[in-house]
Amino acid sequence: MGAAKLLGDVMYANRTRADLGEFVLRTPAVGPAIALAVAVVVFALTTNTFLELDNLSLVVEQSLVVGTLALGQTLIILTAGIDLANAANMVLATLLMAKLVVGGTPGWLALLAGLAVTTAVGAITGGLVTRIKLPPFIVTLGLLTILAAASRIYTGQSVAVSDPLLSWLGTRRYLFGGIEVTNGMTVAVVMYLVLWYALSRTGWGRHVYAVGNEPEAARLSGIKVRRTVLSVYLIAGLVYGIAAWQALGRVPNADPNAYQTGNLDSITAVVLGGTSLFGGRGSVLGTLVGALIVSVLRSGLTQAGIDDLYQNVATGVLVIAAVALDRLSRGRQA
Amino acid sequence: MSQQPVLRARGLVKRYGRVTAIDGADFDLFPGEVLAVVGDNGAGKSSLIKALSGALVPDAGEISLDGVAVRFRGPLDARRAGIETVYQDLALAPAQDIASNLFLGRERRLPGWRGAVLRTLDVGTMRTRAQQVLDELDITVKSILQPVETLSGGQRQAVAVARAAAFGSKVVVMDEPTAALGVAESAKVLALIARLRERGLPVVLVSHNMPHVFEIADRIHVHRLGRRVAVVSPHANSMNDVVGLLTGALRMGDDGVIEEVRHAVTTGLGAHRKSAGAP
Repeated sequence: MGAAKLLGDVMYANRTRADLGEFVLRTPAVGPAIALAVAVVVFALTTNTFLELDNLSLVVEQSLVVGTLALGQTLIILTAGIDLANAANMVLATLLMAKLVVGGTPGWLALLAGLAVTTAVGAITGGLVTRIKLPPFIVTLGLLTILAAASRIYTGQSVAVSDPLLSWLGTRRYLFGGIEVTNGMTVAVVMYLVLWYALSRTGWGRHVYAVGNEPEAARLSGIKVRRTVLSVYLIAGLVYGIAAWQALGRVPNADPNAYQTGNLDSITAVVLGGTSLFGGRGSVLGTLVGALIVSVLRSGLTQAGIDDLYQNVATGVLVIAAVALDRLSRGRQA
Repeated sequence: MSQQPVLRARGLVKRYGRVTAIDGADFDLFPGEVLAVVGDNGAGKSSLIKALSGALVPDAGEISLDGVAVRFRGPLDARRAGIETVYQDLALAPAQDIASNLFLGRERRLPGWRGAVLRTLDVGTMRTRAQQVLDELDITVKSILQPVETLSGGQRQAVAVARAAAFGSKVVVMDEPTAALGVAESAKVLALIARLRERGLPVVLVSHNMPHVFEIADRIHVHRLGRRVAVVSPHANSMNDVVGLLTGALRMGDDGVIEEVRHAVTTGLGAHRKSAGAP
């Protein structure tokens, strides 16, 4: 029955050529997926190392932290908000977890403390946004400054982590003899699937989209707007806690100066994934693709011998192009 | 009319500071009828409608539904009681499809553990039911999976009406449903209202458009300065009568006879004096 329904959707989408365009427009992850495929093909043809399994694993591994930050960011952007403080929130949690473990706290307790802190910051953000009706941009800009300072007040230098649980997400396994998979990848995939399910298959998910799309309509339809938005900030906070865990899995060293552009990188991934900054449109699968696009681009351009700074230029151009395309396609519609 | 009204209000009052939005208003809606509510801008039509649909809590007066006194503390209370409102701005989420919009805020979950534990939506049933409702009301769209933003104004109105019809078991209230529509689309919406009436669902139609009111309404409630000043029949009375009543140039006596008001330049100053003198 699920297949029949899917077939029905696709048949609706494919009824005419014009509708095919509409399908791409309405299914935000399709365009980015095509872009990702093109990038992979181009780098596979132009370099001889890109397609190697080790390199592909590395590409995925390098997208894990930003990809997880971007997952929380997607939820918030879907409600027409934005989170500039997500990476600062995550960094504070990495420092807390690292210092707790150094001080003798068991790893699981340190992990819980880290998750609690990022979720609490999410609660504060959501509370200010929903209760006092402050713009998310301003709230998180303030929190970014506060959290970044708090991290440096808390510890001036980086803290090495030697706890097996805290670095467990960096543990590698080899599937089918050759494919390198870290626990972090598995956890990221599970998180993406869970949130994809929650957004697309539950009433809560529909409410999140409706609240971002047309808050007044959502209210008149009986949706508890403030509660829905608050739940989004709480869940995003929890996701940032997992991102902190991912970060310690990648590099077992908590550094107050790390991930300074993590907030903007996560927004880049969301935007490249086709989610609208105006809220109410987009998907977490798009964000996954967006995060991979950035990582593929960086890896491919590095192997093609192109300098870091030019890679930044390329990413920036891509972001503007993605939003412009989105805008133009909608402009024609309206 | 010896029948019991479906929806009845007596002596409703709502004040905002010195402004009296509803000033002892009465209201009666009978089974199976289309009742038009007309009034000049600022006459308090919207406030009255909001009080009946729970969006506003009156300071005084009583509302009864099927003879039972009710007290709505919010729009959800009224909806649960079977009163559905089609708002002027329609309350639709443009990016979501028609089926999702019909069930927005009251999504159905799958039966069994998947609905209870995983909270999975019963998308199939919701789509089937949405299609049924549209079919029943003779509303044609390309697909119920179309996003609402791809629809014309009239089609959007139809979706909003369909939603009200699908859930409104007792009363459907429509606020200016034809205000933003062209001639052809207005005609379709009026036909839709007639179909709701055929199904036995009474409709309260708030409208400025006299020709539309006269085309569809069974009775006309004339609202002026926060209260009902007359109830007239579109068959026995003319548009001029109604316009005269709502501007205050005419008035209806206790015997139901419409008469001219001398010094007809009434601006409602008397009413203002009364409310301003209160505290």
